[in-house]
Amino acid sequence: MNLNLTLIGQAIAFAFFVWFCMRFVWPPVMQALQERQKKIADGLDTASRAARDLELAEEQANEMLRESKEQSAEILEQAHKRSNQMIDEAREQARQEGERMITQAKSEIEQEVNRAKEELRAQVSRLAIVGAERILEASIDEKRHGKLVDKLAKEL
Amino acid sequence: MAGNNPTPTEYIQHHLQNMTFGYHPEHGWSMAHSAQEASEMGFWAIHVDTLGWSIGLGILFLWLFRKVGKAATTGIPGGLQNFVELMVEFVDNSVKETFHGKSKLIAPLSLTIFCWVFLLNLMDLVPVDFLPMLAQKIGAMFGADPAHVYFKVVPTTDVNATLGMSLSVFALIIFYTIRAKGFSGFIGELTLHPFNSPNKLVQALFVPINFVLETVTLLAKPISLALRLFGNLYAGELIFILIAMIGLLQLPLHFAWATFHLLVITLQAFIFMMLTIVYLAMAVEKH
Repeated sequence: MNLNLTLIGQAIAFAFFVWFCMRFVWPPVMQALQERQKKIADGLDTASRAARDLELAEEQANEMLRESKEQSAEILEQAHKRSNQMIDEAREQARQEGERMITQAKSEIEQEVNRAKEELRAQVSRLAIVGAERILEASIDEKRHGKLVDKLAKEL
Repeated sequence: MAGNNPTPTEYIQHHLQNMTFGYHPEHGWSMAHSAQEASEMGFWAIHVDTLGWSIGLGILFLWLFRKVGKAATTGIPGGLQNFVELMVEFVDNSVKETFHGKSKLIAPLSLTIFCWVFLLNLMDLVPVDFLPMLAQKIGAMFGADPAHVYFKVVPTTDVNATLGMSLSVFALIIFYTIRAKGFSGFIGELTLHPFNSPNKLVQALFVPINFVLETVTLLAKPISLALRLFGNLYAGELIFILIAMIGLLQLPLHFAWATFHLLVITLQAFIFMMLTIVYLAMAVEKH
């Protein structure tokens, strides 16, 4: 158990090893550790952010769904209203058309009646003239007495 | 066993003798052929086995960690990288918990101490006769008398090795104290504690007392650090050697002692590292 040069040799070796460890061993391992730590922290961060995004997106989707439902209901209601309106309009139109046709037919009938009356009147006046001629046996000149007869016919 | 059936005393002594190379007053620079020759060499001698194993294991540690450090990925670490990162984080946490100053040196220093001392201690678990016998065979090939080839495998059972480390730590303690508190602060540490008085005259009386007390405290640090490690490992080694002498029964005993010793070597490496950190923290912190 003599103290000798070994002591100094050991101290030198120790110093060298510590220097080498400090210079070449510690930094890369520490760096790798820190980088991994950062990476994990980043990953966790991203994950939590993604979860938040997902929540937000779900909320948005729900909102949109609700809105579109409302819209469709509105559209449906409008369509109902519109169809009812159209039916009403069509009904009204048909009624008016009918009425118009009825009045037209009535006026036609009236005209027909008038014309028939006119014709009848003319025929009656001619008949009357013919009858008078027969009675007067050509004593009456058609031209001279035409006016008179027309007057007569109009009074009929 | 060494030689032709040595007595137990010879056997133990043989095992506890380092392979020494040094300047002998009579033979000049040579290998010591006996314990007596080794002690005659005085200070100018080297324990070849201690230094060889220390440097070899130190290089093994650095090579392994350097290899992992260079290939370190920030992705999922593989087996060896996992282990290295575990050690580095463990040491880093120990340092951060204790040493609150800023220093780039402390953490790598602690890692080196822990791993290196652990590896040196680990040599204790190699069967006690295995490597010495190998050394004797090799020595015999080079023409040496096998009985005089000494080989002590565990460097931490050599007080030179432990003292070499602890004195380096001691130098760091002084360096850090002076750097943190200045030279006057360092002197103040030595002379103004633990007794002080507002009275100048009484204080002047206290100074030498304080100086003696604090110097002892300061010197006790490296010596206790070295002797604690040395003593534990030396005792463990001695018990291994004793067990190795009792014939076939040694196997279960060896196993039991080795299992227990596994705890001791880890613990001692940890204690050496932890005390280094604590001493350096004390050097930097104000009281």
